[in-house]
Amino acid sequence: MTIAQVRVILPFHLRQLSGSQGEVIVSVPAPVTQRNLLDALEIALPVLRGTIREQPSLKRRAFVRFFACKQDLSNASPDATLPAEVASGTEPFRIVGAMSGG
Amino acid sequence: MTTVRLLVGTKKGAFVLTSDGTRKTWSIEGPHFTGWEIYHLKGSPVDPSRIYASQHTSWFGQLVQRSNDGGKTWAPVGKEFTYEGTPGPHLWYDGTPHPWEFKRVWHLEPSLDDPDTVYAGVEDASLFKTTDGGTSWHEMPGLRGHGGGHYWQPGAGGLCLHTIILDPKNKKRMFVAVSAAGAFRSDDAGKTWKPINKGLKSPYELPDPEAQVGHCVHHVAMHPSRPKTLFMQKHWDVMRSDDAGEQWHEVSGNLPSDFGFVIDVNANDPETIYVVPIKSDSEHIPPDGKLRVYRSTSGGNEWEALTKGLPQKNCYVNVLRDAMSVDTLDPCGIYFGTTGGQVYGSADNGDSWTAIVRDLPAVTSVEVQAIP
Repeated sequence: MTIAQVRVILPFHLRQLSGSQGEVIVSVPAPVTQRNLLDALEIALPVLRGTIREQPSLKRRAFVRFFACKQDLSNASPDATLPAEVASGTEPFRIVGAMSGG
Repeated sequence: MTTVRLLVGTKKGAFVLTSDGTRKTWSIEGPHFTGWEIYHLKGSPVDPSRIYASQHTSWFGQLVQRSNDGGKTWAPVGKEFTYEGTPGPHLWYDGTPHPWEFKRVWHLEPSLDDPDTVYAGVEDASLFKTTDGGTSWHEMPGLRGHGGGHYWQPGAGGLCLHTIILDPKNKKRMFVAVSAAGAFRSDDAGKTWKPINKGLKSPYELPDPEAQVGHCVHHVAMHPSRPKTLFMQKHWDVMRSDDAGEQWHEVSGNLPSDFGFVIDVNANDPETIYVVPIKSDSEHIPPDGKLRVYRSTSGGNEWEALTKGLPQKNCYVNVLRDAMSVDTLDPCGIYFGTTGGQVYGSADNGDSWTAIVRDLPAVTSVEVQAIP
């Protein structure tokens, strides 16, 4: 089985919650999709279960966004293949809290 | 030597304030969970080192944290709050049916005799319970399904269950209050519930001012020595019941405003009660820019303003429903936090006040532990 090493950038609250520093490197089995990536991330950091995707539906939480390669992938199919640059580790996959404030 | 510990929840984290029995000097630890809303944190009465905290953001949802060492270190526990069965609808803002949806935990009430048992009051309003220290949470569906739940309709603050009171003399009796629904009592350890709102009048908020449900109860307090006597700060009106909620009567008396959120009872005198009047439901500021705690030593109706040490001009903060607490020392200590980030304390029954800390984020809750 092919395993990709994917760089993930977590938002402040989730870095703090998971005790992680900087980028998280996640081992993702092919194909590198949003679903496989988030499944692998939640296995690596179980405290994140339910904070990015609702449980048990695995639907993206309303105020969470997914960005990569200057694209907003938030509404892409969870089973669509992520950009090759993400799968190769050239570009990070960014999990972002939606803009809030006045 | 006695340790007094204040557990302060704020819009941006939790703080632990510690003093000795004199309650003169305080150390401040925190913020814990920086950037997260901490709606409430509370310690177990039987194991004060065991503390539970409700941690939430709209971005990343709900967590529950547990400390086993008095708030020094924390670990997340279970965070799945799933309604029992297929939750039917309550009324939505437009009067249409809307399915129950979990949003957040407003209040955590540890059991009086088991540190692993905790009750959680949540939005959309329901009651959950853990018996394994927070690892798993299970709904007590009798409240939501008591027969009137489908008529509940959220107010502007959401359909939240914010008050849980356990009767220390009757293990089967508990009280809860739900914003924009009212107060409810169970006499069988939470299996079945009945509304206890007779005597409440809400002429500005309800088409039928004396409806059985729909009243916007803000907080309820009880002295443990007299569990049939309840004091309520309703949206408007301060109320009292002497028969476990069967009948309420108004005790607002000479208060400058009977709108407010907090109410509490002196630990050493079940007839001495405290409120913080707020000008109105539209304004949410103290009357005349003066932050005043009002004390009644007669169980209501006759009130005196307590002002020493509190700002008496240009003060426009609010005090939210879970943001007042009393300790068990003598003289009784009273503590409250404001939306301006101040936590005030009195070590003399409310006669005088000092700002323990001034510049926290907006305070959502204050609980106190007096540890021998």
